[in-house]
Amino acid sequence: MEILFAIIIGVLYAAGIYMILRRSLVKLIIGIILLGNGANLLIFLLGRITEGAPPIIPEESKVFLEAYADPVPQALILTAIVISFGLQSFAIILVKRAHKVVKTDDLDEMNATDEDS
Amino acid sequence: MFFWYRINAQRIISILGSILHLGLTIYVFSFIWNNGTQTLQAGSWEAPFGITFVADSFSITLVLLTAIAGLAVSIFSASSMIPDRLRFGYFPIFHFLLLGLNGAFLTGDIFNLYVWFEIIIISSFVLITLGGEKAQLEGAVKYFTLNFLASMIFLTAIAVLYGLTGSLNMADLAIKVAEVENRALVQITAVLFLIGFGIKAAVFPLYFWLPASYHTPPSAVSAIFGGLLTKVGVYALIRVFTLIFVGDAFLDELLLVIAILTLFSGGVGALIQNNVKKVFSYLIICHIGYMILGLGMFTEVAIAGTIFYLIHDIIVKTNLFMVSGLIYRIKGSSSMRALGGFYSDYPKLSLLIFIPLFSLVGIPPLSGFWPKISLITASFNTESYWGLAAIIFASFITLVVIAKLWAEVFWKNPGEIRKRIKFDYFHKMGKYRKLGFVAPIVFLSFVSLYIGFGAENIQILSSRVAQELMDNQLYIDAVFNNVQNPE
Amino acid sequence: MKTLILKTASNYLLPVLLVFSVFILLRGHYLPGGGFVGGLIAAIAFVLHAFANGLAKAKDLLKIHPGFLMPIGLALAFLSGVAPVIGLDDPFMTGLWFPDPFPVIGNVGSALFFDIGVYLVVVGVTLTIIFTISESA
Repeated sequence: MEILFAIIIGVLYAAGIYMILRRSLVKLIIGIILLGNGANLLIFLLGRITEGAPPIIPEESKVFLEAYADPVPQALILTAIVISFGLQSFAIILVKRAHKVVKTDDLDEMNATDEDS
Repeated sequence: MFFWYRINAQRIISILGSILHLGLTIYVFSFIWNNGTQTLQAGSWEAPFGITFVADSFSITLVLLTAIAGLAVSIFSASSMIPDRLRFGYFPIFHFLLLGLNGAFLTGDIFNLYVWFEIIIISSFVLITLGGEKAQLEGAVKYFTLNFLASMIFLTAIAVLYGLTGSLNMADLAIKVAEVENRALVQITAVLFLIGFGIKAAVFPLYFWLPASYHTPPSAVSAIFGGLLTKVGVYALIRVFTLIFVGDAFLDELLLVIAILTLFSGGVGALIQNNVKKVFSYLIICHIGYMILGLGMFTEVAIAGTIFYLIHDIIVKTNLFMVSGLIYRIKGSSSMRALGGFYSDYPKLSLLIFIPLFSLVGIPPLSGFWPKISLITASFNTESYWGLAAIIFASFITLVVIAKLWAEVFWKNPGEIRKRIKFDYFHKMGKYRKLGFVAPIVFLSFVSLYIGFGAENIQILSSRVAQELMDNQLYIDAVFNNVQNPE
Repeated sequence: MKTLILKTASNYLLPVLLVFSVFILLRGHYLPGGGFVGGLIAAIAFVLHAFANGLAKAKDLLKIHPGFLMPIGLALAFLSGVAPVIGLDDPFMTGLWFPDPFPVIGNVGSALFFDIGVYLVVVGVTLTIIFTISESA
């Protein structure tokens, strides 16, 4: 299981970075999404994958009765997902606006910021 | 936020809020100065489990500076931003940015730091794109991509760190990381943090997004970006490398090399630029180098120099970008070739602008001079002569750049500037709007004069901060003491 | 997109989804669910309506501008966090609970109000984003 996860994460990172390095703006967004998912899975993997009950202590006892899943990575992932959701939607709108104004999909043609003004 | 479309109300609320913020911060600052580090456990969860907020003297100094710069910028933007931009919620987002900055400075939890970083970058994205001009959008694409990449690397580093230690609390991490046996992995994590924060702080090989984007938004936005945003990266670097990854010779060496290269490349970049704002952007990079250099040397004197430099730099850089906005408003251009004759037209304003410009260079009584003494002393003590050479070289370059800027903008005969028809020129504005432009610059200039002339006090402050930073046990105790005897 | 099936279905689905989202919101403290997921489901309900009947209809149905939900939600969440500081001098965000469970809803505490705040913010943000994108498309 862990090895499978590691491979998937590696592939997601590699694909994400490859896509970000492409010149097309749309591919940039896809790369961002892939990279974000890769990072989330990485947190999940490094938080140790266990098959266990939810970490809630029953009312009548004081300690955990059985193996429990670590809740922290899940909370982290949830937060990270929310954040990357916000960022991605912003990126889509940004790219759309940029495409409308600059009228190109090619990052190489975006040099207005480097011109002397 | 309830007044999304009512601009005047927003202006007033924004300025009042900033004043309130400043007042509160001064109160908290003096409280912490007298009583030592304060901590807050959010939701009463005890230290290594819940989210901790820690206010030691370092954080609170930065919060205080944020409040000062925030007040100045909110006054400045109240009169300099065009209404179209304000209608899209400039002020709420601006204050959201300040919230994020304060949070990042105060948090004692590394994942929480990530969340605050995201709050900062989301609001900065919105600020940078407001208005939607071509250059702005292009700058924003670059800014967005690299910052997103930085966040992801940061997140990856957090994941690895959590996997190593099973903790996210920075004080707890400081204890546990020291116990980890797999040093290579710790080093790799540290380098990941370095890359993530390095992109945000714009250090040497990773700074290319900064000059491509910082000059595109309106100058009020550039002011808050230039003054504070890169400094959050520096803050995070200092915090992480003094608290969690301590005493690794390889890392210190790496930081030194990066710092020296940053100083060189930023300085040389500033030399060839023609746009006033771009010159300032490169100078930001150059001066980030000083701070990283101090961190790399890692002695108490060096850290004190870094802190002093940080204090001085936030005030001066914020001020400089507002100055560039003022120049743009007056002359209708920010290209050095076209500008000129400013001194003969506005002698009093020029004298005012003289203060931040030359305190950046570090002419002795002004504020940039004192931290350099500490840094140079430290580099003699640690025998890092390359660092010494870089400091002197970068100071020299800054001097050349600023002298060139002064000669071109203020003394030279003006070149040809097209009169723009619909442009909102400074001399056509009403009295209060003019005041809104000049008052924050005066305010910040006085602050930087105080830093220069009252350097003793700032030196006391920064050496105390450095002491606390060098001894990470203090921080750890402050966080965990609350557990043992809750108030 | 004008298909009869989707249109009819969305008319029935809208109230079901909304009720379901509230249900998810309320069970969130001990079971899977909560403000974020609930908010997303509520947003989906409106988005589905917009797909079937057009954007203008969905906006009419919502009555207020979705952007307005954000500050309300934020204020609610913030107040629920500040309440222990003002009332009882506890640290920020300490959970406060009413002593007796309410019928149907169960235990009510400041966490619930925080979650309702989150719910409103999520609905507001999601709908603002989607409406903006589909308007400019």
